[in-house]
Amino acid sequence: MTLNTWIDLVYLLAAVGFILALKGLGSPKHARNGNLLGAAAAALAVAFTFAYPVVRAHTLNLVLTLVAMVIGAAVAVPAARKVKMTAMPQMVAIFNGVGGGAAALVSIVVFVIEAPGKPAVYRIAEVLFGVLVGCVSFSGSAIAFAKLQELMTGRPITYPAQQVINAVIAVAIVGLAVGTLITGSVALLVATALLSLVLGVIFVLPIGGADVPVLISLLNSFTGLAVAASGFTLNNNLLIIAGTLVGASGILLTRMMSKAMGRSLTNVLFSAFGSVVTATGGADGAGETRTVKTGTAEDIGVLLAYARKVVIIPGYGLAVAQAQHTARELADLLMERGVDVFYAIHPVAGRMPGHMNVLLAEANVPYDELKEMDEANPEMATADVALVVGANDTVNPAAKNTPGSPIFGMPIINADEAEHIVFLKRSMRPGFAGIDNDLLFDDKTTLLFGDAKDSLAKLVAAVKDA
Amino acid sequence: MSTGILEFLTIFVLAAFVGIELINAVPSILHTPLMSGSNAIHGIILVGTILIMGGAHGTAQITLAFFAVLLATLNIVGGFVVTDRMLEMFKAKPAERPAKKPDASGDETDGGST
Repeated sequence: MTLNTWIDLVYLLAAVGFILALKGLGSPKHARNGNLLGAAAAALAVAFTFAYPVVRAHTLNLVLTLVAMVIGAAVAVPAARKVKMTAMPQMVAIFNGVGGGAAALVSIVVFVIEAPGKPAVYRIAEVLFGVLVGCVSFSGSAIAFAKLQELMTGRPITYPAQQVINAVIAVAIVGLAVGTLITGSVALLVATALLSLVLGVIFVLPIGGADVPVLISLLNSFTGLAVAASGFTLNNNLLIIAGTLVGASGILLTRMMSKAMGRSLTNVLFSAFGSVVTATGGADGAGETRTVKTGTAEDIGVLLAYARKVVIIPGYGLAVAQAQHTARELADLLMERGVDVFYAIHPVAGRMPGHMNVLLAEANVPYDELKEMDEANPEMATADVALVVGANDTVNPAAKNTPGSPIFGMPIINADEAEHIVFLKRSMRPGFAGIDNDLLFDDKTTLLFGDAKDSLAKLVAAVKDA
Repeated sequence: MSTGILEFLTIFVLAAFVGIELINAVPSILHTPLMSGSNAIHGIILVGTILIMGGAHGTAQITLAFFAVLLATLNIVGGFVVTDRMLEMFKAKPAERPAKKPDASGDETDGGST
């Protein structure tokens, strides 16, 4: 067998490793091993890539490759190890964006090497696809990162004739791409790449903070497709398989996520969610005239201590305050007193589906105390207290009762059915979706303002005294 | 159309079906690690960037390829490490039930690493 055949066999092995890795990631029991298997497969494939003579042909290039890899690893490992669990979505956005950027660069370099002066061939179409999608993924992820990191407003950014302008830019890109295809001009390719970067930005701007995770999932899928395109360009089976696996599964995952919010993907991407609400006013809560009932930690502590069934509904506020450990402490304390306690987890609680489960797992909350929304809702009517910790949109009855509301149709946790509702909130500010929550003004509702962790700690003390 | 592209197209189509089938049965609690894990997998573009660097000539091409390798390494290394960190937490299975301790001061408890 030739060297190339051996390398191809190793690539096949790596591809199988990736498939098994994705399969493992689908079950809680095998997920970690699945991920490790994926990493091992990747390491193997990368190591054998150095067996290609072309990679070792020029010493300078080889040294630069190794230098770039060392720098990359030296930056990535500490960043990934130190990132807070709450900042995970941003981190995924960055790692996704750089992957898209790498795929775009691969396509650009291939074009520069091969294309100039040549007529249109199918390879060039793949190259252009890689450049376009890779660039959109790169700049889109950057904006998604900025939104989640709160470097810029999480609200949708809209401007007049937005859809028209975006459409014009998209058409212009197609035009440029065709031009590049026909002429093989590097200048046109650069223009295509730059305009694709612009498209990534304007595509993400009108998407509100609450929807950004869905968007990251979509961009993840895009990067996969860009990688697959690079695979076509480089005649590399492994890149095609890995990229396509991610591209296909990513699109499905994206659909599952938007479904969890009761909306279609098109609605998430193009409806400028939340801007409607700003128009109806009250989005900043300033003009609010209705009164809310606030309680002391002691009152609420007594309410909880003598309840039969308490449902804790965690949201992003709990995540930001890093209050998952204190929440578990409170739950354990209540359970010791014989109170029936469980956590009701909305599919999009936190900022990514499953995000809240990750955080609570970090606090060693046992699985059997976590109930998914569908499992929790039938029990809400028999709950004495629904303790909403830093959540808002996921319990907003407007999703059921107000057809005009932007979140109408989104499945929610029926906190309103509990006998008492307690909100731990930092302020009257509305949630991510930017809309008011009538439940806050309900007679059954008591509010305790403050940082989720502080409030929970106060409740722990109050329950101990009760 | 050459037979080469048809072969690659076959692989592409089959891989797409496999990707869809793999995701179908994932419980929602694993959506975040799954997104992160698949994000790491497309970091395999690193292989492509290494090949590109091998064939690059001149400052412009080499510079672009250098950044390509750098970005791809960030993607693949960071992706797998971050996913492992997420999944590490799922490992503390309910078996020994570390909860139920009233003094559970929380923060640093890492739950019996098994």
